Amino acid sequence: MSVAILDYGMANLRSVQKAFACVGSEAVIISRPEEIDRAERLVLPGVGAFRDAIATLRERNLAEAILRHINRGKLFLGICLGLQLLCDVGFEDGEHRGLGVIPGRCVRFDVDSALGLKVPHMGWNQLTARKESRLLADLPPGCSVYFVHGYHVVPADAAVIATETDYGRPFVSSIQRDNVMATQFHPEKSQRVGLKILANFAGM
Amino acid sequence: MLTKRIIPCLDVDRGRVVKGVKFFDHVDAGDPVAQARKYQEDGADELVFYDISASHEGRQIMADLVAQVMDEIFMPLTVGGGIRTLDDATRLIQAGAEKVSLNSAAVKNPTLIAEVARKFGRCATVLGLDANRVTKDGVETWEVFINGGRVGTGIRVMDWIKKAEELGAGEIVLNAMNADGTTAGYDIEMTAAVSDAVKIPVVASGGAGSPEHMLDVLTKGCADAALAASIFHFGTYSIGQVKEFLAGHGVSIRLI
Repeated sequence: MSVAILDYGMANLRSVQKAFACVGSEAVIISRPEEIDRAERLVLPGVGAFRDAIATLRERNLAEAILRHINRGKLFLGICLGLQLLCDVGFEDGEHRGLGVIPGRCVRFDVDSALGLKVPHMGWNQLTARKESRLLADLPPGCSVYFVHGYHVVPADAAVIATETDYGRPFVSSIQRDNVMATQFHPEKSQRVGLKILANFAGM
Repeated sequence: MLTKRIIPCLDVDRGRVVKGVKFFDHVDAGDPVAQARKYQEDGADELVFYDISASHEGRQIMADLVAQVMDEIFMPLTVGGGIRTLDDATRLIQAGAEKVSLNSAAVKNPTLIAEVARKFGRCATVLGLDANRVTKDGVETWEVFINGGRVGTGIRVMDWIKKAEELGAGEIVLNAMNADGTTAGYDIEMTAAVSDAVKIPVVASGGAGSPEHMLDVLTKGCADAALAASIFHFGTYSIGQVKEFLAGHGVSIRLI
């Protein structure tokens, strides 16, 4: 099994699955903790609210299985909410404890509306590399990817930051720490650039 | 820097594109998958499918169609038209739509906006709005219309957009009926007023006839995105031509 995509009822997984298929990688959709334990590469996608997502992951015993997967050094890719859930704490509709994989917080965009900036941050925006990352290898310089989110992560340790993106000021658009990788943008919606990122993950 | 989005809109009736462009002889102008693929190659930033099917059967076809398109197209898709219930929205999002656009049903039952936003997040919840300039006793108001623009509601545009934002809409597609189909340009004044009044992105729709119109609405109109149908469908301008023009005039645009 090359790539396993976790279904916890929060996202359309089909587009992620088809995007992997498009780059020649078979991806299976899984939903049980024991399936996570068997996975080599785990993808945690996600749309929707932080609170509902983390509650569902805990209820179904998926949260501990994800932590086991990561602690064993196996490859992990979080997408959008799948990045945000890695934090210690999220501030969407109250204060909610996250998975605590990446020390840090998930906070709402505080942008200057005088600059005409809107929330959600929605559309195509550029990546600025902050370090080498295998996930983002061989991308065209200054390439754009598709974002749609009202919250963003603030890691406690800047060393995990793989890319930043400018929206009034720079925010963290992807992270990598060893086997743990996650993007705030949607590779599966980012046309050619996004497909390359998924191919990189599948090829590690 | 966030780029301005250029969004072609395809009218779909019972699974077929109506008024689709014939880009090349080998592209079936009525086939939504072929059309979507072509627009992706041309550099469209998003796609909108607008369901004009009147029947329940037509709507079921739409959900199947979205799944089929999303198997091949790796870009955001918004589906609008005839979404009446949370179940309708759920079916389309589960099929792979990134966002659903709520129009008449949201006016009749505003809590639909809150329901969709609660389930799928603000980012997936779009308010579609048909607005028209109406003059009565010498006084002009901007009024919300429903049922494909056929029925006036007496609701003021500026009131409705603020309410929709409060309820959980994450984006507004403003279709200015007075400009729609004219290819004489977007309603710049109305778009700017709407964009200024809310903190969520605004997509301008209705009236695009040239790249200059798009430049105007993205600059003076303060729109975050420009939607167009006929100028792309009839091949008057390609997405690439429009984007080159906009980039040349200093608009932040994604070029491929």
